Amino acid sequence: MLELSARAAAAAVASGELSSRELFEAYRERAAADRQAGSAGLNCFTWVAGPAPVDGAPAPLHGVPVAVKDLFCVQDVPSQAGSRILEGYRPPYTATAVARLRSAGAALLAKTNQDEFAMGSSNENSAFGAVLNPWDRTRVPGGSSGGSAAAVAAGLAPWALGTDTGGSIRQPAALCGIVGMKPTYGAVSRYGMIAFASSLDQAGPLTRDVADAALMLRHIAAADPCDATSLGLAEVADPTAERLDGVRLGVAEELSGEGIEAGVLEAFGAALRTAEELGAQIASVRLPHAPHALSAYYVLAPAEASSNLARFDGVRYGLRAEGAEDLLSMYTRTRHDGFGAEVKRRIMLGTYALSSGYYEAFYGRAQRVRTKIADDFAAAFEVVDFIVSPTSPTVAFELGERTADPLAMYLSDSCTVPMSLAGVPAISIPCGLSAGLPVGLQLAGPAFSESRLLDVAHALEGALGFDSGAARA
Amino acid sequence: MIDHEEALSVARLARLQLADQEVEPMARELSAVLDHIAKIGELDLSDVPPTSHVVEISGALRADEPRPCLPREVVLSQAPAADDEGFLVPSPQA
Repeated sequence: MLELSARAAAAAVASGELSSRELFEAYRERAAADRQAGSAGLNCFTWVAGPAPVDGAPAPLHGVPVAVKDLFCVQDVPSQAGSRILEGYRPPYTATAVARLRSAGAALLAKTNQDEFAMGSSNENSAFGAVLNPWDRTRVPGGSSGGSAAAVAAGLAPWALGTDTGGSIRQPAALCGIVGMKPTYGAVSRYGMIAFASSLDQAGPLTRDVADAALMLRHIAAADPCDATSLGLAEVADPTAERLDGVRLGVAEELSGEGIEAGVLEAFGAALRTAEELGAQIASVRLPHAPHALSAYYVLAPAEASSNLARFDGVRYGLRAEGAEDLLSMYTRTRHDGFGAEVKRRIMLGTYALSSGYYEAFYGRAQRVRTKIADDFAAAFEVVDFIVSPTSPTVAFELGERTADPLAMYLSDSCTVPMSLAGVPAISIPCGLSAGLPVGLQLAGPAFSESRLLDVAHALEGALGFDSGAARA
Repeated sequence: MIDHEEALSVARLARLQLADQEVEPMARELSAVLDHIAKIGELDLSDVPPTSHVVEISGALRADEPRPCLPREVVLSQAPAADDEGFLVPSPQA
């Protein structure tokens, strides 16, 4: 039963072939064992549910366990966004995306480990310790949704909910050999997600296959009165396509040339040939401002973060430094003790970029670059239906390899950040192996093109026939 | 690009204490990232409007009607220090 996709598990429960209680318990035992083992396991989880009878009326996802990234607030369940500063926090309310999955019948299995406040590309910046990649335990799973990706790849959860600000669903999905999708900005409510960069944050699925991604997206996407920027999606269809006749795929040299390692380019090239065999037309497109996306992102995201993270001051929740004599030193010491090194770096970067005298040179300019990047995508989608690229410039790198050099870590997101700035949807599917490690293929489409995007990904997935078994061995 | 003094000044703005040995590495790492970011200074962006948000929504206001909020004791239950009335903090003046 652990081999079943979420969709197949839901169907087996609905038909009575499978007991929802047995299904939940099988996953719960595995997740609890991983939590217990810490770094002797994969360290995927920050919290695992207790034995819970799955009851209630039949529902579309009845009894299907779901793992949820730690930064989603769940009422009375520890929710720390991977940070020490939220130690002991048990939210008094539940995030909309989680509430929607639950009301469709899904059962909360666990909270997943992540980079602190979703800042990172390796899941090494966590108060709960690093997550290990199930393909090779000496390597990172990617981040920031690294616990979600590793858990799904290793078969410790049927599927997981993550968030993506600059690549935090797609990049770990690629490095762990699973499917990860960042929906159009606004498709899914951000209510109850502990905020990183509010104009970029978006929740989405990490799953074993494309059909499961469509299924989760269908249940989480909706306009929500609690998030004024949420719009929802039109009905997400089940992906069924097996051919790509007439589909125009654009290859942007800015995302698939310089800086991409040879083994990744090889797998990417082979996937393009597969797409052609399925009937797709491959064309070159330009995204002239994509090389500046990372710079703009590392102004805008830290600027928003420095503002969003101002609320962690030891007053209302979580950690408070002991023994401070006055209010200001209580704030500054709590934040010193509670935040990890990368979070401090980004708060400092954002505060600097927003400070008097630098605002226009950094924040103002970055917002204008963002306009140019969105214009680049709009122009490209005039001539092609979707843009394809590698998801990550490299396969999973070694633990510790990039922790001493923040810039090297930031470059992990060079292929995923442009779509985030433009707000367009993108999906990563596994397309092959390089040196025994998974390579991700990214497909991006115009805003709200999710159903067509999933269909194209489904056709490619079928033809590529990626075997993820090694990660569950 | 960022020196010791500037790092301390930004840390004060960010309400973040930095230990003495943390200042120099922070200044160095920020400078390296800012050097990279400075490339956007090369672009001609004079006629380009800024994008603060990709979703075109305006006036997304709810009806101005009173409705229940979380009970006070529930909210205060998460605080490191509270009494029945509100959050407790050290005095602003030591």
